[in-house]
Order: sequence, then structure tokens, then C-alpha cells
Amino acid sequence: MSKPEFVYVTYISTTPEKLWEALTNSEFTRRYWFNTEVKSDWKVGSPFALVMNGTTTDVGEILQAERPRRLAYTFKHQLDEEMRKEPPTKVTFTIEPHGDLVKLTVTHEGFAKGSKLLDGISKGWPAILSGLKTLLETGTVIAIPPRALEIEGFE
Amino acid sequence: MDEVFKALADASRRSLLDRLHARNGQTLNELCEGLAMTRQAVTKHLAILEQANLVTTFKHGREKLHYLNPVPIHQIGERWIKKFERAKLVALSELKRQLEKRDE
Repeated sequence: MSKPEFVYVTYISTTPEKLWEALTNSEFTRRYWFNTEVKSDWKVGSPFALVMNGTTTDVGEILQAERPRRLAYTFKHQLDEEMRKEPPTKVTFTIEPHGDLVKLTVTHEGFAKGSKLLDGISKGWPAILSGLKTLLETGTVIAIPPRALEIEGFE
Repeated sequence: MDEVFKALADASRRSLLDRLHARNGQTLNELCEGLAMTRQAVTKHLAILEQANLVTTFKHGREKLHYLNPVPIHQIGERWIKKFERAKLVALSELKRQLEKRDE
């Protein structure tokens, strides 16, 4: 097993159930995830897709779904030709309650050497997680325009 | 947020974050390599960075790996940077970096 390329942690004042909902419900994700909808029935082995403004940007398969504690899926980019050739990576969400807070850990692993996807991923997750925290804690979030992250081919 | 600013207000701790930014997921031994800091000092600084959630650790087999966690820094940016300023700020900071680049 290779080590994850990224480990992100954020503490959110919410409940594990609400956080699970925010990660798996398109109505929620559109508000903090660059207007992206998550599509899946969240059963192990089922397909997973990210759809941004009607275009499928990433696809994968559900590897683990233990509501409301652990969610893992494979992740493969679809739009960019070079990135499409890279092997699928793996995203894992771990949700742990700590008193009034919930600790969310996101790991992303399995990037090819010199991966082009890695650059975009490293800019995207902090913005997504920061927006997710703000949305759950305040009920509103100011969407960060994808363009501001300066990810090649991502507008 | 106080903890984040306190943690960042120290050059040694910032240099540890720089090292993780250059290569994420390092053990304590790897982080200590070539540093003019004792192992104890590095451990102490890492504890402060972890407390502020700027560094997160992850058990990988027998190793404890340290990762840079930029989420709190992003949160600070979100608080004071307006949506439409962001692209301009990125451009400005790129300009500054280009102009100040030393000949290598």
C-alpha cells in the first residue's frame, strides 16, 4: 500500500449524519463543491460520478459506504485527455465525532508519478472542505470561482 | 483561529510547513534531516502545528507520517478576501513572484 499523497482534516460543528448528507447529497454539494453534483446510490460496488454544470468530470466506484462514518470511492478524471490516461485514484472520507465537533479526514492516494491530476486536486480540496465547513456551520457559503484556483483546464 | 496565527508566528514552524509543502507525508526522522534544530525542538514545533490543525498525522503501517493541512489557511483567506478579488490577488502574487525571482 502506498502512502496517501494528501491528508486533509477539518473540524466542523455539526453531526456525523449531517456531514454524511452534505457529502452525498447533490443539493448540498452544488453549494460548496464548484456547483458539482455527486451521483451514486452509495452502495459498495455502485458507480459514482461528479457532474459539474451538466458535464461529467470524474467517475469512479464506491469502495466503502458505512453511513455515517466512512466513505471511499475511486476517482478518475474524464475531461482532460492526459488525465484520463492516469490510473484511478482513491478518496476516503472518515467521520469521527469529538464532543460538539465532528472531525472530517479526507485522504487521496494512488496518483501516478508526475500526475497532472495531482496539481488540481491539491488546489481543489482545501477550497471544497473550507466551503463545506462554512456551509454546515453558518448555512451559507460564498462559492469560490474555480477560475481563481488557477487549475489548468478547469473553469 | 488564534492558534493558527500563533503557530504561524515562528520561522522554524513555517520552515517545517515549507518542507511538508515541498514533500508531503514525512516521518519525524525525514523532517529532522538536514535541519539545524534538535529532534526535541522539531517534536515541540510539530505539536503546536498539529494543535492548530496546520499539520495532520496519519498512521501508515508502523510509520507516523506528517501532512500539511492547508484547510485552516484557506479559511483565513475566505474570511477577508472577497469572491471577485481572488483572481486579481492570484495575478498580483504571481507578478511579485516573477519579478523577485532570483537568477538561478
